Amino acid sequence: DASRGFLGGHGIVGGHIPLTAGMAFAIKYKGGDGVAVCYFGEAAANNGAFHEALNMAGLWKLPAIFICENNRYGMGTALDRASATYNISERGSAYDMTREIVDGQDLLEVMAAMDRAVVRARKPSAPTLLEIRTYRFMGHSMSDPIHGHYRTKEEVEAHRKRDPIILWSEKLIAEGLIDETGVKAMDAEVMAEVEDAYQFADQSAEPDLAELYSDVYAPTSVNG
Amino acid sequence: MTTLTYRDALNQALREEMRRDPNVFLMGEEVGVYQGAYKVSRGLLEEFGPTRVVDTPITELGFGGVGVGAAMVGLRPIIEFMTWNFALLAIDQIINAAAKMRYMSGGQVGVPIVFRGPGGSALQLAAQHSQAFESLYAHIPGLKVVAPATPADAKGLLKTAIRDNDPVIFIEGEMLYNTKGEVPEEEYTTPLGLADIKRSGDHVTLICHSKTVSVALKAAEQLAEEQIQAEVVDLRSIRPLDEGTILQSVGKTHRCVVVEEGWPFAGVGAQVVDTIQREAFDALDAPVLRVTGADVPMPYNKHLEKAAKADPGKVVAAVRKVLYLE
Repeated sequence: DASRGFLGGHGIVGGHIPLTAGMAFAIKYKGGDGVAVCYFGEAAANNGAFHEALNMAGLWKLPAIFICENNRYGMGTALDRASATYNISERGSAYDMTREIVDGQDLLEVMAAMDRAVVRARKPSAPTLLEIRTYRFMGHSMSDPIHGHYRTKEEVEAHRKRDPIILWSEKLIAEGLIDETGVKAMDAEVMAEVEDAYQFADQSAEPDLAELYSDVYAPTSVNG
Repeated sequence: MTTLTYRDALNQALREEMRRDPNVFLMGEEVGVYQGAYKVSRGLLEEFGPTRVVDTPITELGFGGVGVGAAMVGLRPIIEFMTWNFALLAIDQIINAAAKMRYMSGGQVGVPIVFRGPGGSALQLAAQHSQAFESLYAHIPGLKVVAPATPADAKGLLKTAIRDNDPVIFIEGEMLYNTKGEVPEEEYTTPLGLADIKRSGDHVTLICHSKTVSVALKAAEQLAEEQIQAEVVDLRSIRPLDEGTILQSVGKTHRCVVVEEGWPFAGVGAQVVDTIQREAFDALDAPVLRVTGADVPMPYNKHLEKAAKADPGKVVAAVRKVLYLE
């Protein structure tokens, strides 16, 4: 939903990182206090687009936040089989960019890091590279078993113990802000919302065949 | 009318459009302080400042993507590639992002952007600096491709391209920058998708664009000495292709030679010939022939390079064939 600032998911690994730098460029160009944010995995950080975009973001002090969700696996390739170094945030130093490693399993820590990055983007307009360390619980896709080829069952089980949602629920319960039944009710509520979205998509009518040729070009070819 | 070089005509277009719309900005290597690798952006930094005339690192993919991102959120970038040979690095951002964004987003997000710079060969720049890529980009739904031959067309088409709400691939030419021509003094724009009859004639149609327009015109002069009147149709825009003007001309002359600088296989001419055989088959008195660049990487040696290029002699020979004079 572009009207809410969601500029889409992108199918080319790392391809959206220069786009984000462009959006940050536009914000600075027009003088707004917006911030351009993008997410990518640690595997994308080895792609040329990442380096070229972060160089310009650092060079021009663009109001952008580059979030690397380091979940250790690019499809079936563990980071240590794809990258000379495990520490992705260090790459920010090559582009004179503030960088942090954040524990992705700790909700409050992630929020705090984002707050710092947003403030930094607005005053004095500078980019941030956040390396959020987390772990991929599932397979790369439906056809990829959770473990077997490239990681062990034990490894996955160990990481599952630090599931951010469970950690956060336990914290709230410990502080008496919610109880077990409250957490279960919330779970059910979310599941219902997901189910509702699934049903909506599943039962929506197929698009009219005329849609095939719509939106290839702008309706009015020349503006004004 | 005033006489301008192709370079200065482009400079005027950039200046006028940047004055007209504050969202228009120019970005690329050496466009600012250096005044442009080919001086097309001379004086723009001084008038519009570094926020709107932005020198970049040598990262075509990077700043190509920056342009697309900026266009997605309301700016109108003009991304200059020092030459279209280097733009191959940015082709993912052009084809996978710019060309598809509107379609993928269900019409929510357009990409009003111009990618421009010189294409094709100059003199002894050899294989990696001499390529004509019109057909590569014209193959892609979502892009428009423009290749003006004259100063007047260059100015009018660049102004239109900048105002266009879709990504436009704007291909100039190193060998064209110094050429001169008459340019209207009052403001004007030239529509995309409209070819232009640069010389009328009844005996054969020469379809061309960019640098090969002058090749076709020279061939037409030589042919006129043998009382053969060639009609020179300058496509100006490769996509959208002005099929109407092509078919009208071939309908009149019944013979056609398509001239282009690029390589023969799946070149622009292949598409033009398809249009003619499909829509004007019965009007043809001879097969349509094509004169193209040689199907080789551009050689460095001067004599080999000359042999590799489409030239008036080859066009005259092809015309004699379609007139069965050989």
